[in-house]
Amino acid sequence: MKRIAWGPVAKLVAVVAVLYALNALLPRLLNPYILRVVMLCGISVILAVSLNLINGFTGQFSIGHAGFMAIGAYSSATFSLQAGANWVRALEAAGTPTGIAQGAVLLAGLLLGGTVAAIAGYLVGLPSLRLRGDYLAIVTLGFGEIIRVLITNIDAVGAARGLPGIPAWTNVFWVGLVVVGVTVFSFHLARSTHGRALFAIRDDEVAAEALGVPTTSYKVLAFIIGSFFAGVAGALFAHYNAYLHPNSFTFLKSIEIIAMVVLGGMGSISGAILAAVILTLLPEVLRFAQELRMVLYSLMLIVLMITRPQGLLGAKEISLRWFTRTRPARAAR
Amino acid sequence: MSEFFQQLVNGITWGSVYALIALGYTMVYGILRLINFAHGDVYMLGAFFGYFVARALGATQEPGLLGALLVLLAAMAGCGAVGFVIERFAYKPVRRSSRLAALITAIGVSLLLENGGILVFGADPKFFPQIIPSRNLSLGGGVTISNQQIIILSVSLVLMVGLRFIVLHTRVGKAMRAVSYNHTAAALMGISVDRIVTFTFVLGSVLAAAAGVLVGLQNPKIEPLMGIMPGLKAFVAAVLGGIGNIPGAVLGGLVMGITEVMVVGYLSPSYRDAIAFVLLIIILLVRPAGLLGKYSAEKV
Amino acid sequence: MTSRTYTVATLRTIASVLLVVLGCSKPANDVLIVGEYGSLTGNDATFGQSTKEGIEVAWDELKAEKANQIGGFTVDVRAEDDQGRAEEAATVVQKLVNQDRAIAVLGEVASSRSLAAAPICQAAGVPMITPSSTNPRVTQVGDFVFRMCFLDDFQGRAMARFTAENLGIKSVAVLKDVKSDYSVGLAQYFTDNFTALGGTVVVEQSYSAGDQDFRAQLTAIKARSPQAIVIPGYYTEAGLIGRQARELGITVPLIGGDGWESEQLLQIGGDALNGCYYTNHWALDAPDPRLQEFLKKYRARYGKDPDAIGGLAYDAARVLFQTLEQLAAEDPQTFQGLSSRKANTPERQAATKKLRDLIAATRNFPGVSGTITLDENRNASKPAVVIEVKDGKKVYNTSIQP
Repeated sequence: MKRIAWGPVAKLVAVVAVLYALNALLPRLLNPYILRVVMLCGISVILAVSLNLINGFTGQFSIGHAGFMAIGAYSSATFSLQAGANWVRALEAAGTPTGIAQGAVLLAGLLLGGTVAAIAGYLVGLPSLRLRGDYLAIVTLGFGEIIRVLITNIDAVGAARGLPGIPAWTNVFWVGLVVVGVTVFSFHLARSTHGRALFAIRDDEVAAEALGVPTTSYKVLAFIIGSFFAGVAGALFAHYNAYLHPNSFTFLKSIEIIAMVVLGGMGSISGAILAAVILTLLPEVLRFAQELRMVLYSLMLIVLMITRPQGLLGAKEISLRWFTRTRPARAAR
Repeated sequence: MSEFFQQLVNGITWGSVYALIALGYTMVYGILRLINFAHGDVYMLGAFFGYFVARALGATQEPGLLGALLVLLAAMAGCGAVGFVIERFAYKPVRRSSRLAALITAIGVSLLLENGGILVFGADPKFFPQIIPSRNLSLGGGVTISNQQIIILSVSLVLMVGLRFIVLHTRVGKAMRAVSYNHTAAALMGISVDRIVTFTFVLGSVLAAAAGVLVGLQNPKIEPLMGIMPGLKAFVAAVLGGIGNIPGAVLGGLVMGITEVMVVGYLSPSYRDAIAFVLLIIILLVRPAGLLGKYSAEKV
Repeated sequence: MTSRTYTVATLRTIASVLLVVLGCSKPANDVLIVGEYGSLTGNDATFGQSTKEGIEVAWDELKAEKANQIGGFTVDVRAEDDQGRAEEAATVVQKLVNQDRAIAVLGEVASSRSLAAAPICQAAGVPMITPSSTNPRVTQVGDFVFRMCFLDDFQGRAMARFTAENLGIKSVAVLKDVKSDYSVGLAQYFTDNFTALGGTVVVEQSYSAGDQDFRAQLTAIKARSPQAIVIPGYYTEAGLIGRQARELGITVPLIGGDGWESEQLLQIGGDALNGCYYTNHWALDAPDPRLQEFLKKYRARYGKDPDAIGGLAYDAARVLFQTLEQLAAEDPQTFQGLSSRKANTPERQAATKKLRDLIAATRNFPGVSGTITLDENRNASKPAVVIEVKDGKKVYNTSIQP
C-alpha cells in the first residue's frame, strides 16, 4: 500500500481542522455538564503529561506541580484582566472576528502563563539540584505551599477572596490544541537524544554523570518544560472557570496530578493520558458515594503502590500493534 | 522587651511539641529512609484518643494530674497500636519498592487517616476537656507562663530523656542504631530487622500521641485535619536538625517553634505556614545535612 | 495479566464509564428535583455539613407534614459535595442544573464558591438561593440569584454602631481571618464604619483559619492597649482566641459577628468569653415559637444545637418549599413545567421564571433567622441581634435595625 508522506505542516493543518470541527460540534452535542467534564479531562491530561516529563522521564520527585499551575493561572488571568480584554476590543474594532480575536489574545495569555511558570520552574529546579529523592520531594512540596501562601496574601489578585471576572475564552479548540501539543512534544522528546539523556538520569544519575551527560542542565530543563505546560494548563483553567481561588491549588491538587502519573505508569505518556482521564471521570461516576470519595481515593493509592507500583502501563506506551498483533506462537522451552 | 521574652516562652513551648513529633520522623527516616507523611495524622489521632478517653473517664468532673496521666498513657497506647498497623499493612509491603512508591503510600495513608477521621469523628471541631485548668504564673517583667505550658515542657523533656535512654543504653536501642546504619549487616548480626522497624514505628507514634494530648490540653480545639501543618513543620524541624539525628530533631523543633512565633509576632501571621518551608529551603541550600547532621558521601 | 489485557480492560472500563456518564435518564414519574451544593469534605466541611443539616430538617418537616409532596409532585433534594473548591462547585452545579435538571439550587456558604456557581444558574434560568454567602457580588450576578442573610456591609455597620454607641468604646484592635473572604470583608466594613463614627483601630492583626495559636498576635495587640478586640471570624477560632487572650492577661471585651454562632463557641471558649458580644441572626433564648420548634427538631435529629449557617439553610429551604406551594396553588398550569418529566422544555423555562418571580416577592417570611423580606437586590433585609455572653450563657442584648 502506498504510504502518503504527511509532512509536519500538513499534520498541523489536519489537527487544527479536526479541533475546529470538534469545537463547533461538541457544545451542540453534549450537555454543558458533560462538556465541562471533557474540558476538565483535557486540562488534567496536560497536567499529567507535563508532570510525567519531570517525574517519569527524569525521575525527579516533584510534588509541587499545583504551584506552577497556580502561577500560570494567576499571571495569565492578571494579563487578561489588565490588558487582554482591551486588546480584544481593539482587534474587534479593527475588524477581526470575535472568535479569532479572543483566541489570539488567549494564546498570548497562555504563552505568558507558561513562560512565567517556566521561570518559576527554573527557580525551583536550580537550587533543588543538589537534592535527591525524598528531599527534593519535600522541597518541591514546600515551594508549592509557599506559592499558595504568597498568592493568598497578594491583595491585587484577590488573596483569599479569589479573582473573579476572568474572560471565559477557553474552549475545546484550545484545550485540544495544547493536549495534542504536549503529547506530541513528549513523544518526540522521548525519542530524541535529549530524551535519552533524561531517561539516563532517571535510571542512574551517577552513571549518567560519569558518562558525560550534563545532569544539572537536563534536570533544570525538565523542570522548565514541565512547569511551562503546567502554567499553560493553569491559564486554560483560569479562562475556563472565569474565577480563581488559592484553594484550587493546594497540596491535594499536586497529589492528584502525581496520582495520575503514578497510576498511568511513570514514564508512559499514554499511561498518563489514560490515568488522567480515568481519575477525572471517577469522581463524577462515584458521586453517589461522595462522602467516601476521599477515603476510597486514598485506599486506591495505597493498594496501587502495594500491588502494582509500576502503574497501569509501566514505562510502555499504548501501541496500535497491541490490537493488530496475533498471538505469537509459544517458543519451545 | 517583655514582649520578646513572652514570645520566646511561647516559642519554646511550641518548639517542644514540634520536637516530639520530629523525633518520630527522624527515627523512621533513619531506619527506613522513608518520610512518614502520616505521622502528623498520628498526632491528630493521639489528640482524638485522648479526647474520647477523657470524656469516657469523666475527667471533666475530676480534673487533675492523675486523670491527665491516664489520658496520656491511653492515647499513647492507642497510637502505638495505630503505628503498628500502619507499618505492618501499608509500609512493609512497599519496603522493597522504589522510594517514590513508598512516598506515595505514605501520602495515601495520611489522606486515609485524615478523611477517615472526618468520616468517623465528623468534620466539626471538638473540644478537648479541660483536665488541667489553666493558671498563669508570672515569671516577672510582664512575662507569663501557664501551668499547661509548664506541663508541656516537662513532659516533653521527660519523654526525650526517656527516648535517649532507650536509644543509647538498651539493647533495643543499639539494635535500632545498627539497623539505621545498614539493614543487611544488622540482619547478619542476628537482629530481626522487621521487629526493630516495627518497634521504631511504635515508639515514634507514641511520642506523636503524647504531643497530640499535650496540645489538646493547651489548645482545646481538635479536628481531623489538625495534623497536616504541624506534621509538615515537624518534618522540616527534623531536617533542620539533621534527619536521622535524634538530638538534632529536638534542636530543630525548638528552632522551628521559636522562629515561627517570632516571625508571626514581629512580621506577619499570614506567612506562618510558609516560614517552615522557607527555613527548609534555606537549610537544604546552605547545609543539607542539617545543623547536627553529618553529610555522608553517596557511595556508588 | 499481560499489558494488552490490562489495556483492553481499561478501555472497556472507560467505555462503560462514559456510557454511564453520558446516559442521563429522566425519572419516570413527576419529581421536583432541588439541588444543593456545599463543602461536605475538605477544610470547610463543618460549614457545608451545617448547611446540609439545616436543609434536611426542613425536608423532614415536608415529609412529616405534607408527605413530601408539593402540588402533587414528590420532592427530591440532591446534595452534592464541592470539596471546598470553586471549580468543583462549578462542576457540581453544572451537573445539578444541566444533567439532573434541578428546578432550583440551594448553596453555598463561601462567597467564592457561590460566585463560581451563580453564573451557571443565571445562564440556565434556574433560581439559586444562597443561605449564607455575604459578598455583595453574589446577587449582582443576576436576577436568578437570591440571598437569605444580611450583607456584611450592614453587619459591619451594626457591629460598629454597637461598639461605639452602646459600649461607648473609642479604640479597638481588629483580629481578622485572612483566609476567609467573609472575615476580611466584615473587618473592612467594621473599620470603615467605626472610624466614620469617630473611633480608631489602633492595630490590625490577622490569622488563618485552622491556626491553633494566636499568642503572637495577641501579645502584639496587648502592647497597644485597645479597649476591645474585634474578631470578625468563625467560632472555630474565636473560642481559642478568647481563651488565649485571657491567659495573656487581656481583659477587654471581644466583639464578633455571626460567624461566632455555634454550640461549640462556649464549649471551646468557656468562661473566657464572658462579657463578650457578637452580632447574629437570632438569639437562642428568644421566645419565638418557630425558632424553638426548629431547635427542638434539630436537636432531636443531630443531638446538638444548630449554628447560624444551619438556621439560614433551614430558612432558605423553607422559603423555597413555600414558594413552590404558592406556585402550585396560584398557577397550577405553569407549575406542571417544574416536573422532572418536563426537563428541557419551554414549559420548564416558563415555570422556573415564574418561580423566580415569586421568590423575589418574598415579604415578611417568618424565618428562624429573622423575618425575611427580599429587597430589590434580592438580599434579605433583617435586623441584627446582639448576643452577650453572660455567666457562660448566651443572652440577648439588643437589636440593630437596618
